[in-house]
Amino acid sequence: MSETLKVVVDRPDVNVAVLRTDGYINNTGGEEIARQAYTLLGSGVNRLLLDLEKTKIVNSIGISILIEILEKLLDQGGKLAFCRLTPTIEKTFQIMGLAQYARIFPAPEPALAWLRGETE
Amino acid sequence: MTIPVAPEMEIAATAQVSALGEWMEMGRDKIDEVKMAVVEACINAFEHSATPDHKVELAFRVGAEEGGRGPYLEVDVTDAGHGFDPTRLRTPEIAAALRSSRKRGWGIKIIESLMDDVRIESGEHGTRIVMRKYR
Repeated sequence: MSETLKVVVDRPDVNVAVLRTDGYINNTGGEEIARQAYTLLGSGVNRLLLDLEKTKIVNSIGISILIEILEKLLDQGGKLAFCRLTPTIEKTFQIMGLAQYARIFPAPEPALAWLRGETE
Repeated sequence: MTIPVAPEMEIAATAQVSALGEWMEMGRDKIDEVKMAVVEACINAFEHSATPDHKVELAFRVGAEEGGRGPYLEVDVTDAGHGFDPTRLRTPEIAAALRSSRKRGWGIKIIESLMDDVRIESGEHGTRIVMRKYR
């Protein structure tokens, strides 16, 4: 059985990047997201959108790695947004309080507008 | 069913939840919530129980409370590890997690939030988490 996570990176602006995930966000999936995120942070990105449209399941170990990414972004004055979450993943983020520090959007466009500071 | 303590074996357990949930006409979002809770219970056992037989047992029951809350799906996740005292679990907080190197420990909170009834029986011979979701 393998649920290896795939991550596709897009960089629409110099300081904004989108990570599109496909698969299970567990420890190895979370580490792959972190590896890509930290490479981007090192090259000037401080606003990240995680598009989870193709991720149908996560676990708390994977989410704890997302919290590490959030911590690093906040330390750099950055922002983190999520979009296209399943209802259960969104509910889990709410339970954990992640939504207090990162924004959740139904689609990529309003998320990118918020990351660029075009909307509140 | 019995699953080995091995990476991603928790996903095998979620297939049973999908099949039973669909059979009893539980909504998709509720099925997904049960699957998430089962994943958390399994990885809790994998990570913390130190079960000597390197296995986790799962039992699935479909039932109904007459005159009560109706049909339900119940899942037990049992390990033969060293157990823990559920009354001494610390409830994690996101603000503290953001300032600390400790960012884990969310499993039981997630299970209790996603399921309708949760019972934890734990002692020196192992732990059983019984989780129920009504349709």
